[in-house]
Amino acid sequence: MNAPLTLAAAVPTLPEPSVSAAALPVPARSIIRFERVAKTFPARRGHAAVHALSDITLDVPEGAILGVIGRSGAGKSTLIRLVNGLEKPTGGRVLVDDVDIGALDEAALRKERRSIGMIFQHFNLLARRTAFDNVALPLEIAGVPRAEIKARVEPLLDLVGLSDKRDRYPAELSGGQKQRVGIARALATKPRVLLSDEATSALDPETTEQILALLRRVNAELNLTVLLITHEMAVIKAVADKVAVIDGGRIVEDGATYEVFARPRHPTTRSFLAALTAKSLPRRVAERLSAEPRDGRDQAVLRIVFTGEHAQDPVLSRVSRLLSVDVNIIQAQVDEIAGTPFGVIVVSVPGDAPTVSAVINAVERLNLTAEVLGYV
Amino acid sequence: MFDITFGLLPPTIVDLIIDATQQTLYMVAVSGALGTLIGLPLGVFLATSRAGELFAAPWLNQTLGLVVNAARSTPFIILVVAIIPFTRLVAGTSIGTSAAIVPLTVAAAPFIARLIEAAIREVDQGLVEAARAMGASPIQIVAKVLLPEALPAITLALTLAAVSLLGYSAMVGAVGGGGLGDLGIRFGYQRFMPEVMAAVVIVLILLVQAVQTLGDLLARRLDKRSRG
Repeated sequence: MNAPLTLAAAVPTLPEPSVSAAALPVPARSIIRFERVAKTFPARRGHAAVHALSDITLDVPEGAILGVIGRSGAGKSTLIRLVNGLEKPTGGRVLVDDVDIGALDEAALRKERRSIGMIFQHFNLLARRTAFDNVALPLEIAGVPRAEIKARVEPLLDLVGLSDKRDRYPAELSGGQKQRVGIARALATKPRVLLSDEATSALDPETTEQILALLRRVNAELNLTVLLITHEMAVIKAVADKVAVIDGGRIVEDGATYEVFARPRHPTTRSFLAALTAKSLPRRVAERLSAEPRDGRDQAVLRIVFTGEHAQDPVLSRVSRLLSVDVNIIQAQVDEIAGTPFGVIVVSVPGDAPTVSAVINAVERLNLTAEVLGYV
Repeated sequence: MFDITFGLLPPTIVDLIIDATQQTLYMVAVSGALGTLIGLPLGVFLATSRAGELFAAPWLNQTLGLVVNAARSTPFIILVVAIIPFTRLVAGTSIGTSAAIVPLTVAAAPFIARLIEAAIREVDQGLVEAARAMGASPIQIVAKVLLPEALPAITLALTLAAVSLLGYSAMVGAVGGGGLGDLGIRFGYQRFMPEVMAAVVIVLILLVQAVQTLGDLLARRLDKRSRG
């Protein structure tokens, strides 16, 4: 693949790509930093004040992809809008590259925004501009001369694989192509940070995968820090190095994606993970799954997560022998999260409470996590 | 010259109709242009100056809104007479075709402003947010996003305004404005010449059709949303 070559042309003044964060002896410095941030929307006619975010403290290391996951209304949209000053915090500070975004006046903020790209769920492309002219828009806004714009836009369209669509209008492009234009547009001003606001939520799974791969690529090759928000655990799993789970305006859990997937601590995180697992369960199981046991003959469906160091252990046979219970494997798969192998086994065991808790205990003693997905 | 009326109307009447058509076109064109000159910025401001919008000025927005509503709720024929002192001040006289342009413009500007406001409000707020995220100033957002994206809708709005002005212009005969409407009243109605009335109506229908067809065509060419 000649991608690096293309990228070098797209962003000629880019500094040398830094070594990946994991290889550094000291943690990479934070490029986005939330310091005890709060955002309250004032009360309006008939509506009480809304505490959209409270006490948010979060660091996005330079060059990382950090995913914020939460349900709608959890405050994630507000959170991402604080980074480029589309919203101002009512408490605490949001720092981007050590600049306090909330303290900037409008003119300084406009300038700062040029180093922060943003992509959107509904792409937000101008319908009356071609792909080329859409990518050119931020450069026109920044006052870049016409000739230079051409020299900058073409390599970007090349980078996102849309050189042949340069004169097409958004209505003539597919969803994935529109988001590629959106990404090229966000990169036009050579930002250090890319904000992704549910960028794949309007796309089908296959297109989602392509867009996420493109994000991964620009992250790696341009050393671009990405802050993305999503309501889909699959997106986090596919691209995020780090994850923060947001619920009710607070970050309830955060850490390396692998860690959070392997050992989720908060119920919200668990339910996101359970939804991810349940989606891939065989139909006959998924259809019959209920949250509570219906009668004594029900089987409990457990999700057991194997992390790298335990992947070789004969856990199931050990548990089965130890407790003399029949363990029936429903599904097993090995994924890779942030580059580390990650095994998930879904099993069923007799659904009576003592057996279920004994199995969970036994699994947890082996330093793995197990949780009940439901009963069949 | 070839007689387009096939001998139904005497040449003198044909000349009158041609003159009246020219007067009508002149009044509609000039008042439409002046009305747009005032109505376009006014409409953009009305669409962008509520609380929390680009040029947030809620009080001015409401005040201008009231003025616009007041102007629009005055029946045109009343407006023509009511602003005669103003017309005299601006045009130097209160009668004649040129003087009639003043009340036509006064009526057109607030109407166009409301139409432009509606067209601008139709632009997806996501585009405004995207432009703000790029570091665009409010002026840039208007010039590079709102106006260009609303252009097809604005074209249709101005077409509608032009058709309405054709109708309004029929009433300025009251102040000696001339034009097709005036001809129809004076000859067709007061002198019992139904063939003149019919000719006037036919010319007006043709004008409205022409303006509407042209506007629709232009708007469709400008609109890039509906392509395969």
